[in-house]
Amino acid sequence: MRIYLDHNAGAPLRAAARDAMLAAMGPPANPSSPHREGARARALLEDARAAVAALIGAAPAEIVFTSGATEANTLALLGGLPVDGRIVTTVIEHASVLAPARAHGAPLVELPVDGDARITAAAVVAACNGGPALASIGLANGEVGTVAPVAEIAAALRGRPVTLHTDAAQAVGRIPVDVHALGVDLLSLSSHKLGGPAGVGALWVRAGFALRPQLLGGPQERGRRAGTENVVGIVGFGAAARAVSADHTATTRMAALAERLWSGLRTQVPDVVRLGPVDGPRLPNTVNVRVPGCSGESLLMLLDLGGVAASLGSACSAGAPEPSHVLMAMGLARETARDGLRLSLGPDTTADDIDAVVGLLPGLVRQVRGGAAA
Amino acid sequence: MSGGVDSAVAAARCVAAGHDVIGISLRLARDGAGGCCSLDDFHDARAVADRLGFPHYVLDFTDAFDAAVVQPFVAEYLAGRTPNPCARCNQHVKFDRLWQRARELGASHLATGHYARIAVDPVTGRHALRTAVDTTKDQTYFLFTLDHEALARTLFPVGDLTKTEVRAEAAALGLAVADKPESMEVCFVPTGDAAGFVERRAGADALRPGSLRDGDGQELGTHAGVHRFTIGQRRGLGLAGGPARYVRAIDAATGTVTVGSADELLATGLVAHDVSWSAGTPPDDGAVLAARIRHRHRPVPARLLATAGGAAHVRFDTPGPAVTPGQAAVFYRDELVVGGGWIASELPA
Repeated sequence: MRIYLDHNAGAPLRAAARDAMLAAMGPPANPSSPHREGARARALLEDARAAVAALIGAAPAEIVFTSGATEANTLALLGGLPVDGRIVTTVIEHASVLAPARAHGAPLVELPVDGDARITAAAVVAACNGGPALASIGLANGEVGTVAPVAEIAAALRGRPVTLHTDAAQAVGRIPVDVHALGVDLLSLSSHKLGGPAGVGALWVRAGFALRPQLLGGPQERGRRAGTENVVGIVGFGAAARAVSADHTATTRMAALAERLWSGLRTQVPDVVRLGPVDGPRLPNTVNVRVPGCSGESLLMLLDLGGVAASLGSACSAGAPEPSHVLMAMGLARETARDGLRLSLGPDTTADDIDAVVGLLPGLVRQVRGGAAA
Repeated sequence: MSGGVDSAVAAARCVAAGHDVIGISLRLARDGAGGCCSLDDFHDARAVADRLGFPHYVLDFTDAFDAAVVQPFVAEYLAGRTPNPCARCNQHVKFDRLWQRARELGASHLATGHYARIAVDPVTGRHALRTAVDTTKDQTYFLFTLDHEALARTLFPVGDLTKTEVRAEAAALGLAVADKPESMEVCFVPTGDAAGFVERRAGADALRPGSLRDGDGQELGTHAGVHRFTIGQRRGLGLAGGPARYVRAIDAATGTVTVGSADELLATGLVAHDVSWSAGTPPDDGAVLAARIRHRHRPVPARLLATAGGAAHVRFDTPGPAVTPGQAAVFYRDELVVGGGWIASELPA
């Protein structure tokens, strides 16, 4: 029996999403086709769009389906940057924000964070002074769970020639996200982080915002993203979004279990260090810890061999964890920044799962330390 | 597990022997270096692990590899020596840092796909390296730093196979890597252009340009840096006409590269430093050995003149070419490695 505590990398497919996708599979599914089959696909697509929009308090027409949050981030940065604007972001953003920001060639400000991966609204606003800009500030950091003051930033930037984008891939489904309460222009979200299939995501585009499309060659998604929609995947995304919307206690459940995990670890491994904010806004499901003198790499492998899936922060495609750029930005040394063990819970995580991990980890710590000292 | 056929078959043999196997691949070279540690290699290794049914992990050792292998590689070339990165990698990365990780995982042994065998002295119980059955593939030259303790926890499952047999075993197991070509170059310099690599890593200011001179000190030309030369090198000297000339000495301090005839390249022996001995203590002075001074070099009969302070003075029975500082000198008695160290210089006259 495996225990899965890597929801920030990708959640298991929800049963509702799987069922909806299975039901949608088979018939021709080009929503732009003029026949009945096309109309059926269109209905499925628009039903999913409504579900995703409802999850974030948006209007369906504001949802642009993409191949994932990565594409949504690229579309937001390249398609939302004002003419002659600079890009303002933070050093802890996901690579799908930092890489296009660095590749674009526009003047770029990468704001530092404090030891808990926090930025202040004032720092973002100051960096946006003096002309058009696009600010891309992740709503929640997937490695340590810090939640950024995006609504405060939006309020302070109101009336300025600044596009405000937030990558909410790690936030949606874990904390309440409402686009109007946030006050942003663009918001990225991911399907597989909330129990839909991978390969689907969306960019929410505020009504009236003039987004420049980046994929050309078709009128799909109201001309904002060409290409026949991945209807089956989007149907799964919609079903997952609906399940998230219906689960009103997920946040408090996960928060209670995360606290159970953290207090259990602290009791069992007294010198364990929590990375990220201990109080203040943070994701309810993310516990990132470091055990001094204990290789995170080794702990991760031993956990996996012992039946627990966790991670060392952001996954690399080779599966070889590099030092975390987030932890280094928080001031950890390069070697130490390899040792952050991220345990990220999901809506189906149980108290038994947590107790099993708390029971397993201290022995693994002793083993690694014994091996390291021998 | 590099993703190649040798480590795949080594892993398969461990599984067949009933061991509880964990596969590990190391990311050593940084992005863009190419040639090794590519995603494809890791996927190949993982496919083998999946097929054989054991867990597999990729560890990022780029920092350790850079510090222990790549930086010394550059520094050695800049100092006029010719580095041996594979031996250093085995010493510091694979059989040290990787072993540390393996031990943390509770492993009792580390198995690799190297072509070498391990012999146990029936009297003393000490472990020593023994050449591989496939002498054309033997890698003991790169493994000489492994001492008794390291060898006691090491397995070389393909050491008693020929490469042909390894490929056949991989094919019989249905492993997709059975016909994968093997890498011949230094893994982080896949193009083989070591000089270019050194120039990119070190920067122009660190290079040691100077002159090419003959044995009498006569200047024959100039060069862009001592890192472009190795002892015994004939090509790329930029000297037109005349008899064949070879690099016989490199002085990084003055930038002087001395060339000479093939006869002048002959050395009577070598001095090695940081020498380790398989028995734990040096053989008696005068001991008869066979000395290998580069990979694929046939060990030549030699005699140990003296040992002191970790150094060894060795005289060849017949003078031989191209004693190259920075390379390893590995000493054999029949199939057994009796010791080895790093070449400091030719044996002084």
